[in-house]
Amino acid sequence: EFRRFSLERSKPGKFEEFYGLLQHVHKIPNVDVLVGYTDIHGDLLPINNDDNYHKAVSTANPLLRIFIQRKEDADYSAFGTDTMTRKKNVLSNVLRPDNHKKKPHIVISMPQDFRPVSSIIDVDILPETHRRVRLYKYGTDKPLGFYIRDGSSVRVTPHGLEKVPGIFISRLVPGGLAQSTGLLAVNDEVLEVNGIEVSGKSLDQVTDMMIANSRNLIITVRPANQRNNVVRNSRTSGSSGQSTESSLPSSTPNILANFLQGEEESDEEDIIIEDSGEPQQIPKAAPTSESLESLTQIELLHESTQNGFLPSSEMNLNHSAGSVNMEYEVQDPDHKSLEEDGTIITL
Amino acid sequence: MRRFLRPGHDPVRERLKRDLFQFNKTVEHGFPHQPSALGYSPFLRLMAIGTRSGAIKLYGAPGVEFMGLHEENNTVMQIHFIPDQCQLVTLLDDNSLHLWSLKQHSGASELREEQRFTLKGPPGSPPSATQITAVLPHSSREVLYLGTESGNIFVVELPSFRVLEDRTITSEAVLQRVPEDYCNRRSCELVEALREHPKNPDQILIGYSRGLIVLWDLQNNKVTHHFLGSQQLENLYWQRDGSKFISCHYDGSYTQWPVSSDNRQPEPLENLVPYGPFPCKAISKIYWQTTKNGLPYIIFQGGMPRASYGDRHSISVVHGSQQTAFDFTSRVIDFFIIFSSEPTAEFDDPSAMVVLAEEELVVIDLKTAGWPAVHPPYLASLHCSAITCSHHVSNIPLKLWERIISAGSKQNIHYSNMPWPIDGGTNVAPDPPQRDLLLTGHEDGTVRFWDASGVCLHLLYKLSTVRVFLTDADPNDNMNTLGEDEWPPLRKVGTFDPYSDDPRLGIQKIYLCKYSGYLAVAGTAGQVLVMELDDEDAEHVVDHAEADLLQDQEGYRWKGHEKLKTRDGPVRFEAGFQPFVLVQCQPPAVVTSLALHSEWKLVAFGTSHGFGLFDHQQKRLVFVKCTLHPSDQLALEGPLSRVKSLKKSLRQSFRRIRRSRVSSRKRQGISRNASEVQEANAKYDQDALQEMELAPVQRKIEARSAEDSFTGFVRTLYFADTFLRDSSRHCPSLWAGTNGGTVYAFCLRIPPAERRMDEPVRAEQAKEIQLMHRAPVVGILVLDGRSTPLPEPLEVAHDLSKSPDMQGSHQLLVVSEEQFKVFTLPKVSSKLKLKLTALEGCRVRKVMVANFGSCKTDDYSENDLTVLTNLGDIQIISLPFLKLQIRYPCIRKEDVSGIASCVFTKYGQGFYLISPSEFERFSLSTKWLVEPRCIVDVPEVTSNNHVHKSGIENAVRKS
Repeated sequence: EFRRFSLERSKPGKFEEFYGLLQHVHKIPNVDVLVGYTDIHGDLLPINNDDNYHKAVSTANPLLRIFIQRKEDADYSAFGTDTMTRKKNVLSNVLRPDNHKKKPHIVISMPQDFRPVSSIIDVDILPETHRRVRLYKYGTDKPLGFYIRDGSSVRVTPHGLEKVPGIFISRLVPGGLAQSTGLLAVNDEVLEVNGIEVSGKSLDQVTDMMIANSRNLIITVRPANQRNNVVRNSRTSGSSGQSTESSLPSSTPNILANFLQGEEESDEEDIIIEDSGEPQQIPKAAPTSESLESLTQIELLHESTQNGFLPSSEMNLNHSAGSVNMEYEVQDPDHKSLEEDGTIITL
Repeated sequence: MRRFLRPGHDPVRERLKRDLFQFNKTVEHGFPHQPSALGYSPFLRLMAIGTRSGAIKLYGAPGVEFMGLHEENNTVMQIHFIPDQCQLVTLLDDNSLHLWSLKQHSGASELREEQRFTLKGPPGSPPSATQITAVLPHSSREVLYLGTESGNIFVVELPSFRVLEDRTITSEAVLQRVPEDYCNRRSCELVEALREHPKNPDQILIGYSRGLIVLWDLQNNKVTHHFLGSQQLENLYWQRDGSKFISCHYDGSYTQWPVSSDNRQPEPLENLVPYGPFPCKAISKIYWQTTKNGLPYIIFQGGMPRASYGDRHSISVVHGSQQTAFDFTSRVIDFFIIFSSEPTAEFDDPSAMVVLAEEELVVIDLKTAGWPAVHPPYLASLHCSAITCSHHVSNIPLKLWERIISAGSKQNIHYSNMPWPIDGGTNVAPDPPQRDLLLTGHEDGTVRFWDASGVCLHLLYKLSTVRVFLTDADPNDNMNTLGEDEWPPLRKVGTFDPYSDDPRLGIQKIYLCKYSGYLAVAGTAGQVLVMELDDEDAEHVVDHAEADLLQDQEGYRWKGHEKLKTRDGPVRFEAGFQPFVLVQCQPPAVVTSLALHSEWKLVAFGTSHGFGLFDHQQKRLVFVKCTLHPSDQLALEGPLSRVKSLKKSLRQSFRRIRRSRVSSRKRQGISRNASEVQEANAKYDQDALQEMELAPVQRKIEARSAEDSFTGFVRTLYFADTFLRDSSRHCPSLWAGTNGGTVYAFCLRIPPAERRMDEPVRAEQAKEIQLMHRAPVVGILVLDGRSTPLPEPLEVAHDLSKSPDMQGSHQLLVVSEEQFKVFTLPKVSSKLKLKLTALEGCRVRKVMVANFGSCKTDDYSENDLTVLTNLGDIQIISLPFLKLQIRYPCIRKEDVSGIASCVFTKYGQGFYLISPSEFERFSLSTKWLVEPRCIVDVPEVTSNNHVHKSGIENAVRKS
């Protein structure tokens, strides 16, 4: 059944109020429902918090189409990119098997139920030959499940081609996190670990770095198989003639810094048990502004006020993030999904 | 944008850093690893030691030390001082000669390499033609005589190393007038020894290996005397007046030869095999020393009966009816005798014998009856039993210092009172800024107390914990008790004894409170001893307690070593540190951490199973805490099973490979398709091969989990008086950090002093912090309201520290192998952190708070963390903001034992083992720097008194 009603676009109010309104309008006060809407791309997206509710209202043009489903018999896989066009494609299946292949009975509707497993990030700032992969170890029992080894790779230097020592992925454990993402493969060269270049570091050092970052590991690799690379629009691909370019573009220190700050995860909180009570996460101390010195360490204090929790659909995509992405006009829907998957954090 | 203000770019701070920090490796303490050569200059009274790695080290009076390193890193074969010069020549095993000299430079002497030279024969000649076997620096100081394998003696000019070809002494020239029958029997062979005549510098004695000895006249270039020895020659020695010389031989004999103008081919005066009649080993070096009373000292190396004592490393001293064969603990590299070098003196009158053995330096006083050993002020054999741990205590109060010295002096009564005979050079280094002790724990259950204040690491006192326990070895079993009529008259000398009777006795942790004189030591079998310094001998019972760290954990079996058995009844202890309490951990695993609070009279100890707190005043166990994860079987079973399990897993993996092959063969019977089977076989082989090939070079990337092994291993224990429960009341607390990244905090209630013996000490767990990165916790520290680390126990009571600020809020610093984290107290919230491993890929191995003073102003000092990483780098990290200040490469990252042995001091210095027997000392501070600074003066006599020149030179001629 359909209902039509109006909302004030400038003052949409809270999601709770909206939810109550819907229940009222449909006269279903005690039924749990899932709320969805179609965005400008024709994707069915959920509305379940203030943010995506506001987003939905602000993008309504002028009509906001809302779908309401009873929670018990909701089709969770209906949500997501391209869901309205129903054009399922192979690549997104490969890249995000969890979204589609997973048993459909798992309840993944509410945002707290979503948990990212991996993502490709910073596609916009990396050369096309590189891939920056983020593995979310937190909370899973799945092992990271990969091995690295020493090796040598060929670099382009001002003095011509040069053989340099490098670190490579040597083995993926079947069923491990690394393998299940499909984003890493044997013989991929590891270039960076959480933003730190590994060149000049020993295998043991890189091992220690990876293990130290294992709760939120971001590895930049040069995939051994370069055929699955992202092909950007004409402007970017015009420069892809330098696909052998090996060193990372140094042009984006601030973006990298942003990215690094975002990586200082708050999910790595230590646990305290006071007086043999219940374990709880250790909070961050409130920044004190007593002295100038305490200001200089601000970067350590607020490593991340923002919890980089972004499920792999664009419901949390905010405006400034969108503006970053705008630089590249997205044409191919496949690649759009890759790009928008990125964790983009503003400060 | 603030984050773009990179730390460390503040110019004021940068300037201050330069005034505070500076990295220097200052001096090597201990005994050189693998010594290979010894030299002595009676003129400079300096001794030189060369090593197999190409180092040469010069030693004189205590504090006078020089070190040089040959670029080639080749073994030093011989060292010869140039008579009356501050110069020496070294011969390496690549046949190169190096000239070193001591030159004064800005108020201190320095050892520098001046020249190098390799003797070259005519083109086409075999390498043996120029292979140098003997070196004689002539007393004219102008030439070196170089004996070679070919039998020729080359003459080179100093310091240019120009070969004076016309002065070469060829074997043909020597053989010209040798009797036919002798000459036919043997050719010259290599030059074994070259000795200048003590009175006549124009004559040199040449000894060839086959036994022929000739006296050569340098003026007329001819042989004056032939001495037709029949035994293979080892060495030669002139008597002081030049009328006789002595030769020693391969068959264990020595021969005296007269030198007179009337007989050009004399017969030997005396031929003796001192330890005959059965076949003896070679006598490789001999001295003949004359004395006023007429009886000479005959001192020779080796010569022992081959069959029964051929394995001994001996030097025999014969003086009239007295004869002793000093039996050394390791191979004798070389030795020399210190004797009167006065040119006018008529007799040698030897005073001391200096012996360089492979593992230690032994000096024997030849003047005192019984020939006692002299206690060397340096070159201590740190490794006389392997070092298992070390502990440094800075700034020892004078009182304690004197008591330790007095306890040590009672142990040294068997040493000679002779002043140190090698006393050349002047130490001009400023007095050490403070009294520092370095305590080393050893495998044999001893703790050695070293004076580490200055350049000479000197043994003050040795403590043994063995007495408390019953061991297989009977302590009364004295190897030295030999009967009076024992032959040969062997006497063991030296302290090197690397063989431990019982590895469980090994010392693992040491903690000394310098204010109270309490000492806690803990060992391999879970033993913890608390000791008190007593100036008198005493006999008392050691109180004994057991700490069951497994508590209610059941069903586990310890498969490691048993605990040590204790002695019943009172035990006699000599003056010094005497144990009064023994706590034995159960299971008796190695003690991995130890803390002592002398004010509260508490000792805390931890093993791989948990930790405990013991009240050593009431002699009562306060509590134990098991830190084991239930699944950690390895820790439970002990170290032995760990090895076993590794073996087991290896065996299993081989079995797996074999099984896979077997199963493929089985299939052979079923499927008759041979090619298919072959393929399968090949595949299995390939898989196995691939696994093996990859194994050594690949590393597994896996997050640590709570189930990992040895997570319960207690790495650090710390006492602090801080705000644990609320911000209004502070209380004593005990902190423990484990291998699995857990920090436990216990609140302690200690009765007031007047009721200290009546009420029990109580403890209650107040906090447990689990670091999510689960890296081992290696350090815990509480900073007071001024962000200063809390003072040591009793430090405030002794007015040596300001009392801590209890007004402002305290902070907790937890150092794991991967991160530094500061938390607030009493409510634990994380304040800031430094993720070392995530950024640099290195891990913290050692960490210590050090106080750095400015070299510019006396009134500025600050506390920083000194950190050693697994890559061997030292980093200084500021407190409390955890900013990296500076980084220095210090130890090679491959040198795992060096990194493991490193110990920091409280004032920015440190020590680490560069070999089992040597500590390298380094300094990070601009203010506290202990390094040798010394002057070696050339005595005036040589430059002004040319008239007496030859006489003096003869007298001081290097033997």
